[in-house]
Amino acid sequence: MSRKKPGEFQVVNHSVAREDGVAKVTGRAVYASDIRLEGMAYAKLLRSPFAHARILSIDASEALRQPGVIAVLHGNNLQGIDPYYGHAVKDHPLLAIGKVRFLGEPVAAVVAEDERSAYEALESVRVEYEELPGVLEVDAALADGAPLVHETSYAGGSFRGFDDPGSMKASNICQEVHLEWGDVAAAFAQAAQVVEGVYYFPMAYAYAMEAYVSIADYNDSGLTVYSSAQHPFIVRHDLAGVFGLFLNRVRVVVPFVGGGYGSKSYTKIEPLTAACSWKAKRPVKLQLSVAEAMLTTRNDDARVRIRTAVDREGRLVAREATIHLNTGAYAENSPLVARKAANRIVGPYRIPNVKVDCCAIYTNTVPASSFRGFGATQVTFPGESQMDELAEKLSCHPVEFRRKNLAARGESIHPGLRPLDADLAGDIAMVVQALETDKPLSKGHGRAVACSASDAGSDPVTSTIVHVYADGSVSVMTGSTELGQGSHTVLRQIAAEEMGVELQKVRVIGPDTAVTPFERSTGASRTTTLMGRAVLEACQEAIVQLRDMAAEILKTAPENLILERSGVAFQDRRLSWQDVLRTFFGLSDCSIIGRAYLRKVGDLALLPVFWEIGCTGVEIAVDAETGRICLERLVTVGDVGLAIHPAMVEGQDLGAATMGLGIGLYEELLYEGQQLLNGNLLDYRVPRFSDLAPKIDLLLVQNQDGRGPYGAKGGGEGSLNPIPACLANALYQATGVRLRRLPLTPERVWRALREQRNKGDNVGH
Amino acid sequence: MKLAFVLNGKPVELDIEPQETLAEVLRNRCHLTGLKISCEVQVCGSCTTLVDDLPVSACTYLAYEARGRRVTTIEGLSEGQPLHPIQQAFLDEFAFQCGFCTPGMILMAKALLLENPNPTDFDLVAYTDGNLCRCTGYRPILKAIRRAASLMREPEAARP
Ligand code: FES
Ligand code: FES
Repeated sequence: MSRKKPGEFQVVNHSVAREDGVAKVTGRAVYASDIRLEGMAYAKLLRSPFAHARILSIDASEALRQPGVIAVLHGNNLQGIDPYYGHAVKDHPLLAIGKVRFLGEPVAAVVAEDERSAYEALESVRVEYEELPGVLEVDAALADGAPLVHETSYAGGSFRGFDDPGSMKASNICQEVHLEWGDVAAAFAQAAQVVEGVYYFPMAYAYAMEAYVSIADYNDSGLTVYSSAQHPFIVRHDLAGVFGLFLNRVRVVVPFVGGGYGSKSYTKIEPLTAACSWKAKRPVKLQLSVAEAMLTTRNDDARVRIRTAVDREGRLVAREATIHLNTGAYAENSPLVARKAANRIVGPYRIPNVKVDCCAIYTNTVPASSFRGFGATQVTFPGESQMDELAEKLSCHPVEFRRKNLAARGESIHPGLRPLDADLAGDIAMVVQALETDKPLSKGHGRAVACSASDAGSDPVTSTIVHVYADGSVSVMTGSTELGQGSHTVLRQIAAEEMGVELQKVRVIGPDTAVTPFERSTGASRTTTLMGRAVLEACQEAIVQLRDMAAEILKTAPENLILERSGVAFQDRRLSWQDVLRTFFGLSDCSIIGRAYLRKVGDLALLPVFWEIGCTGVEIAVDAETGRICLERLVTVGDVGLAIHPAMVEGQDLGAATMGLGIGLYEELLYEGQQLLNGNLLDYRVPRFSDLAPKIDLLLVQNQDGRGPYGAKGGGEGSLNPIPACLANALYQATGVRLRRLPLTPERVWRALREQRNKGDNVGH
Repeated sequence: MKLAFVLNGKPVELDIEPQETLAEVLRNRCHLTGLKISCEVQVCGSCTTLVDDLPVSACTYLAYEARGRRVTTIEGLSEGQPLHPIQQAFLDEFAFQCGFCTPGMILMAKALLLENPNPTDFDLVAYTDGNLCRCTGYRPILKAIRRAASLMREPEAARP
């Protein structure tokens, strides 16, 4: 069957009304924080005042006597469950056991009739600590004789997502990843030009506006958890492990989620909430505040020492990098971030000699994990900064220099991985045109274009069920979570397109692990590509069944039927799917099931599922008096194969780029000693309305070159990754100042400009 | 203590604790969960609620302050119609993703347009800057408010 092209689709490739739209604009959309169960109690957490300390004793007796208090949980009364979880490394106790590893770690949970009683009883929990020397940053953690964050090594989790073995030594190294091809030493020895530097990418907080929340009900029939989780099936896995339950006894339901951006990936507070319910024998709700969410997950901040070499013709010949990720107190997903950071530092370029050593390092700080961009953001900043630095050494235009080195579609950038499935030269040309790089720049302005390529899609294990009803309606059962990215709208469009029904007749049933089939995760930009393809295949499977039923009704062979939109034709007769179902079963209201599952075989055997492209351009204005950078122009490219919903792809790109702007210019979690200094929204500044660029172009590229439905591939992270490098490169163009540390705060820029002036003065004298 | 006010057009009388915020009273006692709580420090605007048509941050506004006043939440915005023009404009412009900031944004927009039915771009940004959205990058929200402004000025002409 030939594939439809843009212009030939009925529902797909149109910006239809969002499935969740009316619910969200009327306030009727239900988020986990809005759910109340009958007889529900509330939990509040006592957190550690030290970054690293032994817990000598915990006395909860007085707290238990407080009005309304039902139970107090702490590391010494968790007998009967296995309190450790972790999909990559099973190192995370649901409450600190024996010692605390970061300031803010949950030490005890009080369950009470209402939130206030729980909160007020916290101060009656007596904990005695013996403070231990800690390691608060990477160098301290790697020093000889450094105190250990974890004295023991742990078993690997079942969803590591990559093959690198864990670190089995007792050290602060959580994960080491090594990547190498060619002969780097020889290539650097013969290079015409080399740039070298150390770059620092900050510790950032995703700020999903809905903080972590979950509600657990542990009873005789098993465990039910409502949560703001991105990956309900992996949460189910961890919960089954903690409580020794079969998978079918753990039900994880995810209603609407108030933002994720990676920060709600994997298991967070669900085991603790479930343990509270198990202890209290009541449904229990645990709602964190934003300040507590800031003590729960952040990104891995990164220090990257990197050098890149070119030959006389301006061809990249080698790149060597050492990446140190500050992973915080628990592994969470940082081992995979380490793997991805190593893979993604190559960029979308052809580089014959590469050597990368990447290390995720435990420290006594808030645990780091997934964050939109996922390693790519951390390494695209140094990689793309060096592209501009090299272009200058070669007296070549930075865009020209990139063009010369970009891998073409079908070319391998990474031995062993899928060849590049995008036309980056085309993408860059569009950005250049939209940015009008040929126009003269005003004084104090700078422009830059940068790009990235991320091995995306995660493990392609996805399944779905599509119900086709005799009244013409269709339901899609999906384990993908609706985080706002619009997955449920996209899946609905695909089902409507395939089954030939109006959009309104398709219902999407969201994740409930007791009802919806297995989906590995909602992240790595995979949903449209993998779940979308599964929905398409499930519809096609249903259509094959319907055709066979029609053949039986029409007393002919299935091959004689002509498939039409929403039915079949045979000679002068036409049967809609509704007719087929009603006649076949002889009853109204019947339904059939179409199924599909995807796994790592066939055209999905080779990873990544697709390369997610980032290609962005900016123009900035720098105020020399204050050091303030203003974004004047932004260009993004959504190279998504086919935009199932163009307006939502644009929305993802602008949202992602705006996050890049935040980290590029303002966002950084700051530690002073063991204390997080700006752990609240007053002091942690995220982009606002007034930061919006006056001119924005959100471009789409639809080459139908992905493995998703109709040639689609994912988006949503790509436009974040190159933005910080764009800003730093544009700052250089505007002022001649090269900053290798983010964010480019006014103070940092102002100091650098002053230093530059002082140097100039010295030269003049 | 007793608290009486007009909630979405209907008089209500409740027993509350003196320290309760308007957000707590509306979410927990009145079950109006369209009101969303995020930062709890008056920075994000997700809890924006109208008191006598003026926007307040319900997370830090004591419920008692609302005594005798008119309180409007997202649930009461459309006054019995299926959708208020601002809600329709948010739909048309895809001015939300996760939707967590959306009730607050829409109520903020309502207060803005009541005060200034014809805002310039400068007015818009000045008024909206206290509401955060982490998903959209803001432009669709500005477009939606502009669209709503024209819908509300010329309800007939603005319809396609
Ligand atoms: S929750 Fe009230 S302003 Fe943020
Ligand atoms: S739509 Fe998610 S925060 Fe605004």
